[in-house]
Amino acid sequence: MSEIKMTVNGKPVGGDVADNMLLVEFIRETLRLTGTHVGCDTSQCGACVVHVDGKAVKSCTMLAAAADGAEVTTIEGVANGDLHPMQKAFNDNHGLQCGFCTPGMIMSGIDMVNRYKAEGKTLDEAAIRHELEGNICRCTGYHNIVKSISQAAGEM
Amino acid sequence: MHSTNYHAATTAAEAASLLSSAEDGALLAGGQTLLPTMKARLAAPSDLIDISRAEELRGISVTDGTAIIGAMTTHAEVAGHAELRSAFPALCDLAGRIGDPAVRHRGTIGGSLANNDPAACYPAAVLGTGATISTNKRDIAADDYFEGMFATALDAGEVITSITFPIPDAANYQKFAQPASRFALVGVFVAKSADRVRVAVTGASEEGVFRWTNAETSLSSDFTADAIGGLSVSSQGMISDLHGDGSYRANLVQVLTARAVAAAS
Repeated sequence: MSEIKMTVNGKPVGGDVADNMLLVEFIRETLRLTGTHVGCDTSQCGACVVHVDGKAVKSCTMLAAAADGAEVTTIEGVANGDLHPMQKAFNDNHGLQCGFCTPGMIMSGIDMVNRYKAEGKTLDEAAIRHELEGNICRCTGYHNIVKSISQAAGEM
Repeated sequence: MHSTNYHAATTAAEAASLLSSAEDGALLAGGQTLLPTMKARLAAPSDLIDISRAEELRGISVTDGTAIIGAMTTHAEVAGHAELRSAFPALCDLAGRIGDPAVRHRGTIGGSLANNDPAACYPAAVLGTGATISTNKRDIAADDYFEGMFATALDAGEVITSITFPIPDAANYQKFAQPASRFALVGVFVAKSADRVRVAVTGASEEGVFRWTNAETSLSSDFTADAIGGLSVSSQGMISDLHGDGSYRANLVQVLTARAVAAAS
C-alpha cells in the first residue's frame, strides 16, 4: 500500500491505495467520479483521458501512486457553473452519439486546444484529426467531433 | 495486474539501490509499455521503482553539435523543444509521432531504449546517429547497445541516465505506421554527417533495429535517393505477421530509405 495525496478537480483527496491500483480505478472506484470511462483498458481508446498537471494522460496507463502530489482534472471538473466551451461545442455540433468516448474526447480536445494556443499554432481540421489519434469513437465517424473541437478552439 | 510494491526514486542512485534490494524489480519510467504489459499479466515484477519524477534524469541541452536528453524526458518534451527542433528537427519529428498525444505526455526516451521494442522509433534515431547511452555505470555506444529484440547491453540494476546525440548535418525519419498500434511497421532513420552516412532500420528485422550498411556505403559517395534505387534488402530474417510479410517489409526498407534521403534536412 502507498499513502497518496492529490488534488482532483480542485479538492484535496487521498488515502491508502494498493500499489497496483491504476489512476482510473482510484478516480472511478475510490472517488466515485465515474465520468472518466474505461473503454479498452489497453491504452488505445482514450475514454479514460484525464489531465495530470495540465497534460492529457490515459488514466488506465498510470498508477494511482504515481499521481501522488499531482493536480488531476476529470470531466467532472471542467465546467465552471456553465458548461465548458468544449462541452458546449460537443452539444451544439452533436459531437457524440452513444457518449461513451465523449469524456475522453472532451479532455483530449481541451488539451490540444491549450497546447496549440500556448505554442501559437493553428489547430486546423487536419491537426485535430491527427491529435485525435489516441481517442477512438465507434459511432460518429469523427466529423462532428472535429467540428466541435474546431468551434471550441475559436471560443477558448 | 498482479500485486507489486511501488517505490518512487528521485535519483538514479536511489533507483539503482532500490532495484538491487528488490527480489524481481523493474524500473517504471513513463509506463506506457510496462503497465499494459503488466495488465496483460505478461510481466509481474515484485517491485516497481518509479523514476518518472527524478528531476536529474529530465531535460534537454543543445550545445555545439550535440544534443543531450535526460532519460526521463517525455516524447512530448522532445517534440516540443524549440532549440532542439532548430538544431535537430528529425528527432523532434520522430518523437512527435510516437503513439498518441496522451502517450507522448508520459512515455520517455529512456523507457523506450531500455525496452528496445523491435518496432520502436527511438532505437532507429539512436543507432542512426551513433548516439551514446549513458547509465549510472558507464557510457555505451549505440553500436554496442542493441542486442536483438527486447535485448540490450544493460546489466541488471543499470539505469539509463541520458542519451547524447551527435547532431547530424542532415537527417530524416520515415515511419510507415501500423495503423492500430502506431508502432513502426518499418521505420528508417537516415543521418548524414561530414564524414559518414548512417541508415538505421526499425520494425523490420526479427533481430530488432539494425544498420543497412550497403545503403550507407552508396549514400556516402552519393547522397541522393537514386543512389539506393538499385539496392535491396533480403527478406530473410524480416518480421512476417498479418500486417505485412517479410518481403513486404524488406521492400519498405528500400522505399522508406529513399524517401528519408529525399526529405533529409
